[in-house]
Amino acid sequence: MDNKKMKKTTKSSIITYAMVIAVYIIVEIMLKTGSMSSLMQGLLVPICVYIILAVSLNLTVGILGELSLGHAGFMCVGAFSGAFFTKVMAEIIPNVGVRLFFAILVGAAVAGLFGIIIGIPVLRLKGDYLAIVTLAFGEIIKNIVNVLYVGKDSVGLHLSTKDAVALKLAEGGEVIINGAQGITGTPHASTFTLGIILILVTLFIIMNLVNSRTGRAIMAIRDNLIAAESVGINITQYKLLAFAISAALAGVAGVLYAHNLSTLTALPKNFGYNMSIMILVFVVLGGIGNIKGSIISAVILTLLPELLRGLNNYRMLIYAIVLIAMMIFNSSPKAIELRMRLVEKFCIRKKKGAA
Amino acid sequence: MTFISYLINGISLGSVYAIIALGYTMVYGIAKMLNFAHGDIIMVGGFAVFLSVNSLGLPPLVGVLIAVIVCTALGVTIERVAYRSLRGASPLAVLITAIGVSYLLQNLALLLFGANTKSFSSVVTVPAIKLAEGQLTISGETIVTILSCVVIMIGLTTFIRKTKAGQAMLAVSEDRGAATLMGINVNGTIALTFAIGSALAAVAGVLLCSAYPSLTPYTGAMPGIKAFVAAVFGGIGSIPGAMIGGILLGIIENLSKAYISSQMADAIVFGVLIIVLLVRPTGILGKKIHEKV
Repeated sequence: MDNKKMKKTTKSSIITYAMVIAVYIIVEIMLKTGSMSSLMQGLLVPICVYIILAVSLNLTVGILGELSLGHAGFMCVGAFSGAFFTKVMAEIIPNVGVRLFFAILVGAAVAGLFGIIIGIPVLRLKGDYLAIVTLAFGEIIKNIVNVLYVGKDSVGLHLSTKDAVALKLAEGGEVIINGAQGITGTPHASTFTLGIILILVTLFIIMNLVNSRTGRAIMAIRDNLIAAESVGINITQYKLLAFAISAALAGVAGVLYAHNLSTLTALPKNFGYNMSIMILVFVVLGGIGNIKGSIISAVILTLLPELLRGLNNYRMLIYAIVLIAMMIFNSSPKAIELRMRLVEKFCIRKKKGAA
Repeated sequence: MTFISYLINGISLGSVYAIIALGYTMVYGIAKMLNFAHGDIIMVGGFAVFLSVNSLGLPPLVGVLIAVIVCTALGVTIERVAYRSLRGASPLAVLITAIGVSYLLQNLALLLFGANTKSFSSVVTVPAIKLAEGQLTISGETIVTILSCVVIMIGLTTFIRKTKAGQAMLAVSEDRGAATLMGINVNGTIALTFAIGSALAAVAGVLLCSAYPSLTPYTGAMPGIKAFVAAVFGGIGSIPGAMIGGILLGIIENLSKAYISSQMADAIVFGVLIIVLLVRPTGILGKKIHEKV
């Protein structure tokens, strides 16, 4: 019956998966033949991290329709809990791969939990107020991580917010989270292959969610909250669900990020609001609610400053100008009208040519 | 005595936040957009004064005047080039454009002035006051900051209440369509709002750099965010709200730096914001808008 014809959404999902796998194969071939610069090789894992972040933020911004400026905060939670787990479990689970697998689960769970805890109060607010509160939570998380000291010795775990000495570790004890110095000596276990697998898992989760009954309920809330409520959709529950999944996936990205570095610190650069804004830029330029767009824009916008590296000091300037120009070209009512007119002209000419 | 001196310093810092927040809140009220680049206009104001006073050797007041003129021109230009063409576009698109403008200003400053911290010599010439037999010293910067904040507040309120342009601003913020029908030049009014907001940012930049004498291309970013928090805190769109929010924020920040932990001060400020918004979802003086079906 209908089974022969694929559903439009299934087809779109398969194209997305195929796109990711194709890129993976191309990159692997380039790696094997050695035609990729070491600079580009260093960028492979970060690009995977950014893709997961962008796709997961798209769930909050595009599908749920709430502007979040605190996505980096969830990434920070995931990164630190994941790295903490790998450090603590070093003796119990000696195999790095297995440990990383569990670290990813832990990172996702903790970040998801934070998503729920933060989501309950935050999702009561709307629009710009919600944006500023998510920003505030992101900054608070970063701040707290910077004064957090956790150590481990034969007795168990010690926690302090003052300094490493206040942990009162027994002999042979080890400071794991050292305040502003962060976590050092995380195994360098993130690989491009793992990144691609995590991207595929993220895509699988989000695209299945979007095309399910739950996803339609979430989009109904986005499109008209009151109408959705009046047909019996539990607003809080669905909002929270989307927010928590988005946070958990950001946590996964954080774990991947943490295991790509030898020292993990919570700086304004990597976990501050600037990072959240950068991810938001990926989502908006890729097209709000468009998963494929998020992936493409995350790749292009990460590569763009690197490709412009030859221009040295001018590269961020050019990036800013490109950003403004693209936004105006994409969203300005006049530019849209102009584009429509151009397309119309082009189509008419084409028709004439055919006739 | 130490408590009072912390409190006064807090009010002084809060006054700077309040002046910045006024610009934020006016632009939000009228153009319905978060101008993320507002913080960077502060930085531009700082550099304008730095160049004219420290490098060219002009008198401080002339330097401040130059900063105000430069920032006003900059604010109006940004509005004309970047934001006006996006009027009617989705709020998110405008937000990202504002972020782009912020990056642009920061990187432009980075190219022109370099990343090194410039030591800014204070432009305030008012002497410090010693009170309570020398136990309490109020610096000239503090006095000037608090006084300018009060003057700006009174001036702005009078401007909005008494002048035609001010009334036009109120009308545009209330209902843009109806304002157009009443013959108000909406584009002109929005440009004027940006001009005033940017001029205030210039003043704030001078005061901020005089109190905390270091200047980098990123100087404006954090105060900008804090002032945004202050504006939301007081109820975004409300002018007295921005004032109250700014001053409260400054006091909370300074007291928590002094008594709790200097590293945690930002977290405490943001924490208070969250609590206030949970109790009053539209800020202290914000208007509650009921959504109709």
